[in-house]
Amino acid sequence: MAVRERLSGNEAVAYAIRQINPDVMPAFPITPSTEIPQYVANYIANGEIDTEFIPVESEHSSMSAAVGASAAGARTLTATSSCGLALMWEELYVAASNRLPVVLALVNRALSGPININADHSDSMGARDSGWIQIYAESNQEAYDNFLQAYPIAEHRDVMLPVMICQDGFITSHGVENILLVEDEAVKEFVGEREPEHYLLNPGETLAVGPYAVSSYYMETKRAQRQAMLNARRVILEVAARFRAMTGREYGFFEAYRLEDAEYAVVIIGSAAGTCKAAVEQIRNTTGKKVGLLKIRVFRPFPEEEIAAALAHVKAVAILDRSEMFSATGGPLGAEVRAALYQAKCNAEAVNYIYGLGGRDITVEDFCRVYEKLERIAAEHRVTDMFDYIGLRSR
Amino acid sequence: MISDKINESSPWQDITEGNKIFRAATSREFCTGEWRTSTPVWDQEKCKQCLLCTPVCPDSSIPVKDKMRGEFDYDHCKGCGICARVCPFGAITMKEGK
Repeated sequence: MAVRERLSGNEAVAYAIRQINPDVMPAFPITPSTEIPQYVANYIANGEIDTEFIPVESEHSSMSAAVGASAAGARTLTATSSCGLALMWEELYVAASNRLPVVLALVNRALSGPININADHSDSMGARDSGWIQIYAESNQEAYDNFLQAYPIAEHRDVMLPVMICQDGFITSHGVENILLVEDEAVKEFVGEREPEHYLLNPGETLAVGPYAVSSYYMETKRAQRQAMLNARRVILEVAARFRAMTGREYGFFEAYRLEDAEYAVVIIGSAAGTCKAAVEQIRNTTGKKVGLLKIRVFRPFPEEEIAAALAHVKAVAILDRSEMFSATGGPLGAEVRAALYQAKCNAEAVNYIYGLGGRDITVEDFCRVYEKLERIAAEHRVTDMFDYIGLRSR
Repeated sequence: MISDKINESSPWQDITEGNKIFRAATSREFCTGEWRTSTPVWDQEKCKQCLLCTPVCPDSSIPVKDKMRGEFDYDHCKGCGICARVCPFGAITMKEGK
């Protein structure tokens, strides 16, 4: 049934876009996501899809055009990375608060400065409060699968929120892997057509989108927006269940890898989870020590209770952040997971390490050292180097 | 009135998705000219009813009835002064304040 292929992460997402054939794609190129609009432009030029491609002059414009097209009733998407996402900042919030189901293919790259083109999560983590659903991938397969699930989540009547499908720049976006593709017809049936309830191009309904909200309305509006994010929790799992029925591949808020009996756990987002899995296997096979991994797939909405429950039994946990937030404590994932553990009255010792900034490699040996540290911390009940770095040169 | 349906006492559950408004010309319910700092004054003696002022008004604040313009709609005029600039007969002058 499934089609076996070898594709890069960018090719895989573009392939999904071809299968979905969305209505409008405004885009502006930026490394490492440039290939996505490039491949889509090829599909359009070859007559394979009839998406309206808008070559805009900036990312501020691409997200503005996406907001307009989506409000008009079109199924809309764009792609970007790093500073491109930063230039969209204003419109990211507008898309979310206007409740427009735009999909953004984000290829994670470090934000300037210093200018750097390689993977880290500073771009999407910076946008974590914008009101977008955020779904992350470890592999090309996951980037493809997540993209197929994006519109059914975004356009669900109880959600109506934009969705960011994230993958790590170059590591998955340009790395070629074996991949299982869903057949075109099955994708079309799974994703369906957008059937907007209210849209600007409807001649039968008077409609104004995005009006000014004075202080007597703003707070109620934001509470209603929060409800959509709460509803998204249910819808994300429903869509994942439908996806599993179609492909056999299982998705949830996160992947618990050898976590059931684990005493020492790592929490991580993105492609480095694959490296961590190799370390988990190596440690378990050579020492028998019970180590495991919790790989976050859905960061927004944040599955706080589920994460705390999955980590309830571990002795020590290292939360690894691939971005700085300059709180002069840890990173964003660390802050939120630690809050979840505290709320659940979890007794695990917790540390928060920064790794992989600007594309810095993280190796199996690095993860082995993290697990060794966790074992020591759990034995001594004493946390040292709470906010440490992995792979940092230091005197 | 749209404010019969949603108003400052509405609970958050009643706010439309994304604040969408399903009606046209709702600005009639709001005096958006309140913050005007400069006000056009119409001199009917000098006015030739050429109607050049009406279409350039960004706020549709120069009403026309039976091919004749009437007094400014000061509830919505924001005092931009385009009408005074376009009038060839000096029939509109801008005065300080509301």
